[in-house]
Amino acid sequence: MRAVITVVGKDTVGIFAKVSTFCAERNVNIVGVSQTILEDMFCMMMQITMDDTDLAFADFADAIKAYGNENGLAIHAMHEDIFNTMHRI
Amino acid sequence: MIDLNTADILETIHMIDEEHLDIRTITMGISLLDCADSDIDRACDRIYEKIVRKAADLVKTGEDIEREYGIPIINKRISVTPISMLLGASGGDPVKYAKVLERAATEVGANYLGGYSALVQKGFASGDEALIRSIPEALSVTDHVCSSVNIGSTKTGINMDAVALMGQIIRECAEQTADRECVAASKLVVFCNAVEDNPFMAGAFHGAGEPDCVINVGVSGPGVVRHALKKIPDADITEVAKLVKNTAFKITRVGQLVAHEASRRLDVPFGIVDLSLAPTPAVGDSVAHVLEEMGLEQCGCAGTTACLALLNDAVKKGGVMASSHVGGLSGAFIPVSEDAGMIDAARNGCLTIEKLEAMTAVCSVGLDMIAVPGDTPAEVLSGIIADEAAIGMINSKTTAVRIIPAIGKKPGEELEYGGLFGSAPIMPVNTASPAKFISRGGRIPAPLQSLRN
Repeated sequence: MRAVITVVGKDTVGIFAKVSTFCAERNVNIVGVSQTILEDMFCMMMQITMDDTDLAFADFADAIKAYGNENGLAIHAMHEDIFNTMHRI
Repeated sequence: MIDLNTADILETIHMIDEEHLDIRTITMGISLLDCADSDIDRACDRIYEKIVRKAADLVKTGEDIEREYGIPIINKRISVTPISMLLGASGGDPVKYAKVLERAATEVGANYLGGYSALVQKGFASGDEALIRSIPEALSVTDHVCSSVNIGSTKTGINMDAVALMGQIIRECAEQTADRECVAASKLVVFCNAVEDNPFMAGAFHGAGEPDCVINVGVSGPGVVRHALKKIPDADITEVAKLVKNTAFKITRVGQLVAHEASRRLDVPFGIVDLSLAPTPAVGDSVAHVLEEMGLEQCGCAGTTACLALLNDAVKKGGVMASSHVGGLSGAFIPVSEDAGMIDAARNGCLTIEKLEAMTAVCSVGLDMIAVPGDTPAEVLSGIIADEAAIGMINSKTTAVRIIPAIGKKPGEELEYGGLFGSAPIMPVNTASPAKFISRGGRIPAPLQSLRN
């Protein structure tokens, strides 16, 4: 399945590295990234696939959200379909 | 690269995190017709077995979808065949059914179970009157069970014997739970034109024309609509209607996704998405605030009915295209105690029961979660029910009354429920008596469907 990770927080060194390492350690494959800085706020979208990991997606979503909280970042991991459904006819 | 638009992704997350977008309920409708038996205890055993079997994974599936899609699903509920139909076959003490429904709902972890119901729009069949008379006790000894009674319809007219009885039943519900904020009355809805696939409580039941088991979903989202309107403070009303429509489309698409996914995972057919804008008492999740965002000083002032009509219609227009099957009540809800803006407007007297009655002519559903003084006589409650049912009957729409006589309390005081039920300011009632009218009994004949002025 494909999912989208969003990361929003104050821009500091190493956010991208932290999040991608978190994914790599769990065999979660990153297939697309878009990132920008909006008024000092770091704002990143990652598209991922869960095909190579044994981890249940819901558990991964909980874990990365908690990891974000520990690091002062708002991180969401959500099934891609919710965005496709809402914004595509 | 990501083929989704960054702004779209952030908009979705903002709706959920900041604007209270949620799925109000996944409701599993379960037919109990095959549980009917001439022995009430055997019928109860079958009911328990069927509900626990069908709904075993309902709560877990809801929670899984919630975590994977990141969208809160507030309630997981069950609706069942109107129990009066089973009581007609079995006879016996109807409260036994209420207790077994409570036990089954608790076992599967459902938030509410609706269907302790009777449909008496044209008269009382076997089991109907006994069930209705048992409602106060049934709702006093259970926590999760909800009850509804349909007393009229456009096709049949209004059963005034049932209207008279329901005034008394509502009072008894309140009296029997006077030490618990009269909570039993908050779990009882009196309908005209009740729908068979409503996922919302307290009025949900699983109609006789429904399949054996079905998944219905109710969405929420007044906060999202209000936030969208904030961005166009000076737009004309055409633009306002368009924006509400677009927003309702997005909200409903999420409901459709969740309904489809729940249906697939539970291997139960998808029934409908209910397009209702259901508020919660949380700040920022109020239908009244949406109306105020359109330009009203406070909900209840002149112009409120027009704004609500626009909102209700635009929500339906946006929602209908977003879902393959729309049903239930589908419209904006105006439950006073469950809506922060309505609570404020009722507290300072801007919103009155008479204005609410006018508002119910253009929206779903009716006089909902309204507390009235504890000394309001049963016949006044019946008169309110008759008025509301007349609006539904003539306009071919569902109307309902969920009214709570606050035993021992007066206007200026409040009932405090907490959670989704919120707090209900006690609203003054016109106490001139309709007793003679109510005591006549009989039926209001079905209305003409042409010459509609």
